[in-house]
Amino acid sequence: MATAPSSPASGPKLNHIGLPVVEYRGGKSTLCAGCGHNAISERIIDAMFEMGVQPEHVIKMSGIGCSSKSPAYFMSRSFSFNSVHGRMPSVTTGALLGNHTVQALGVSGDGDTASIGVGQFVHLMRRNLPMIYIIEDNGVYGLTKGQFSATADIGSKLKTGVINDLPAIDTCALAIQLGATFVGRSFSGDKKQLLAMLKAAIAHKGTVMLDVISPCVTFNDHEGSTKSYKFLQEHDEAINEIGFVPSFEDIEVDYDSGQVFDVQMHDGSSLRLRKLLEDYDPTDRAKAVGTLMEAHEKGEILTGVFYIDTKKPSFIDQLNVVDEPLATLPESLTRPPKSALDSLMKSLQ
Amino acid sequence: MATGDLALGQEQGSTGARQRVINDFSINVATVNGSGSQSANSVLLKSIFGMGVPVSGKNLFPSNIAGLPTWYTIRASKEGYVARKRDSEVLVALNPETAREDILAMPAGGVAIYETSLDLKQYRDNVICYPVPFDKLTAAACTEAKLRKLVKNMVYVGVVAQLLHIDLAVIEKSVQRQFAKKQKVFDLNFGAVKAGYDYAQTTFTKQDPFYIERMDGTAGKIIIDGNAACGMGAVFAGVTVVAWYPITPSTSLIEATADLLKKFRVTPEGKATFAVVQAEDELAAIGMVLGAGWAGARSMTSTSGPGISLMAEFAGLGYFAEIPGVIFDVQRTGPATGMPTRTSQADLLSAAFLSHGDTKHVVLLPANVKECFEFAQAAFDLSERLQTPVFVLTDLDLGMNNWMSEPFAYPEKPLDRGKVLSAEDLKRLGGFARYRDVDGDGIGWRTLPGTEHPKAAYFTRGSGHNDSAGYTEKPDEYIAQMERLGRKFENARKLVPAPVAFQDGASKVGFLAFGTTDFALRESLDQIKNEYGKSVDYMRIRAYPFTHEIHDFVVSHERVYVVEQNRDAQLASLLKLDLPGEQVVKLRSILHYNGLPVDARTITEEFATKEGL
Repeated sequence: MATAPSSPASGPKLNHIGLPVVEYRGGKSTLCAGCGHNAISERIIDAMFEMGVQPEHVIKMSGIGCSSKSPAYFMSRSFSFNSVHGRMPSVTTGALLGNHTVQALGVSGDGDTASIGVGQFVHLMRRNLPMIYIIEDNGVYGLTKGQFSATADIGSKLKTGVINDLPAIDTCALAIQLGATFVGRSFSGDKKQLLAMLKAAIAHKGTVMLDVISPCVTFNDHEGSTKSYKFLQEHDEAINEIGFVPSFEDIEVDYDSGQVFDVQMHDGSSLRLRKLLEDYDPTDRAKAVGTLMEAHEKGEILTGVFYIDTKKPSFIDQLNVVDEPLATLPESLTRPPKSALDSLMKSLQ
Repeated sequence: MATGDLALGQEQGSTGARQRVINDFSINVATVNGSGSQSANSVLLKSIFGMGVPVSGKNLFPSNIAGLPTWYTIRASKEGYVARKRDSEVLVALNPETAREDILAMPAGGVAIYETSLDLKQYRDNVICYPVPFDKLTAAACTEAKLRKLVKNMVYVGVVAQLLHIDLAVIEKSVQRQFAKKQKVFDLNFGAVKAGYDYAQTTFTKQDPFYIERMDGTAGKIIIDGNAACGMGAVFAGVTVVAWYPITPSTSLIEATADLLKKFRVTPEGKATFAVVQAEDELAAIGMVLGAGWAGARSMTSTSGPGISLMAEFAGLGYFAEIPGVIFDVQRTGPATGMPTRTSQADLLSAAFLSHGDTKHVVLLPANVKECFEFAQAAFDLSERLQTPVFVLTDLDLGMNNWMSEPFAYPEKPLDRGKVLSAEDLKRLGGFARYRDVDGDGIGWRTLPGTEHPKAAYFTRGSGHNDSAGYTEKPDEYIAQMERLGRKFENARKLVPAPVAFQDGASKVGFLAFGTTDFALRESLDQIKNEYGKSVDYMRIRAYPFTHEIHDFVVSHERVYVVEQNRDAQLASLLKLDLPGEQVVKLRSILHYNGLPVDARTITEEFATKEGL
């Protein structure tokens, strides 16, 4: 068993499957300089590299929008599907039905998820499909030049002076209520928290829903915006500090057991959540949703892992399919024999 | 009104001479939706079939759970005609709401069987009436009051059997099959059949001329509905992913598919080699189909008009990103919600061009249950070969009604999984370009997610792309891809099912049609021959894009009548886009779109009028 990323005598650092980080990189980003989405792409690269995920085993799925373009900017060795607006959940569901042995990573935006795609989002969460679903959340439509999205906070102001007077959809509260089994929120500017969260997400078998606040430097980073870098730095309240130890690493961490939630992940990794919010229990759904609702009242933006359940069967488990991908089963397993047709014909005579 | 039927009534009225009508009439059972008459109708149909008489059944039902009128017509035809007949000679009137209307609509000389208390005799003096105290007979045959509504249906089976001379032993066998292995249910139902049979035998002297007589017209044949046949085809095509959303009249196609998958596609360890998912809507259903097709699975959905409309955006993605997937469309009437339980052929144009931009699709057009089975398989092969969504258009008439057929043949050819590169191929080639036309047929090679080679991955997108699947907005790169897609579609002409010429070279006029119009049109050809002494050529189209034989057929005739079941002459329109200008003027249309399946008489009459016969 390989352990931590190692360095050969010369050359770049290799991960535990022997790949350098460059094998996880993608094309040059065409998003704006300083866009939060680019920072998220960087963390995805780091997390996949550090977790030693085989790039060819990853499918990068997206809908339409700035966020949905970003899969082109990381992991070029992975398969990618930039589908239609708001419908990435169904395409990913189909792809995993065809081949459930791959790791699915979906990248969506707040418009793609909370407006046009909210129907598919809702049903994806219900199914607990094994995938990582990231919302790169900036509260505005970038490609159409800065209209509010449904995650924009009430009272938030556009550059043009328009005030948002409708309440925000809290995608994390929604996901917890609907049945997602790993739900968290982070900030594209918080490297450490986001990286730990992504690594834990890779180890989870079930729907991971991560809402990552990702400021739009062009249309939503001004005074009066509640999704600007400045606003996040001032109002970001982490509910827990995330420590993640992959199964292939053998590291002892000292901690005060009363202050830590230790979660055993499906692949043998450990997720250690050090409580920052008093008495916060990330396995209590009702309390998790309540805490998020209270934070809205107080104008706080909570981050951290809000909810985790490693026991609930995934959609693929429930379908009880064979271990091999359905896509490549041989004809001998997918076309019934002649005797089957003969018996059917007899029964119809 | 068919003149033959009038003559029959007059003959009877005047002379009383009884010329027997054997194995050539229709029975119309008028009941209330939700009364459970389906089993009884099925027993009657299968018993006539069991007597060796060619038979077809049609359920004309309302969009309603229970309470609205429904009619089931059974046509016995020694000639083997299975289209809808405009008139039914035998009426079983069990719905008080429609009974008056039902008997008034009958041809003279017909037979009416009805609940005594309805007293239908008062409305017609040229219809032979057999009043039956159904409620009384049912009460005697069935002690449990709550079952009487269902059992009552079996009483009319008995009455009809006795009057038409259907062998009671054959009925018994059909009832046994209907209630396989449930002795108590069989006893109750067959008891009711007997009660009806005995009542008719002791009460009535046969006054009508209609008889079912044993013949040898069904030996070796099967009875199945089109939806079940499509499902069976999909299963024998090795489908692995099914995503769907309930909609009439397509739901039973998925149910049949799922039943067969559970029966034949579970490993000895109890694991499924398939996944069936009921999606949240048709958008998600087609999204799952394309996701699975992209991953390399044989995937399908089934829907009807409204679902087709919802699938439009994804259909364009499938076309442009070149992803396989099979979409069954069991057509019902539109526009909008239309008449959900009535049939039509009005989705042809929307399927062929589903989605915005320059999108076009391969559409297969089965006309009978055997082709449902065969084209379902062909659709998966074509879809993977051509890397594009393929539509299979049936309709409510074909999909939800029982049809007689030759047994289906086991597929001879192995599955065609199309152009897929493995990791070994990539090792040999050193890489690939997803959308490059290396073989000159317009079809690139693809890889499947998870293929273990550093050069296996590519970026699938609905946005502009070059032949390496890279994003592009360059005019020449866009044009190159669009032209290649055009060549691929041209290539599809050579791969889709060729038309069937039932008769060619005998006449200067010809018929073109597709799908279920075939049943009525073939009967109409005989009518035209018998009544006008004219032989008319007929070619049945089985797919879009059109193969060259269809062009040749038009070229070799002076006038071509395109017969179809929609208002806007959709097949003729599609032909006009395809044919050279000087050929277009030869096309004439015969259209039928009232929600009921077209009948032969309608075609014959309109043809005769237009031809001045």
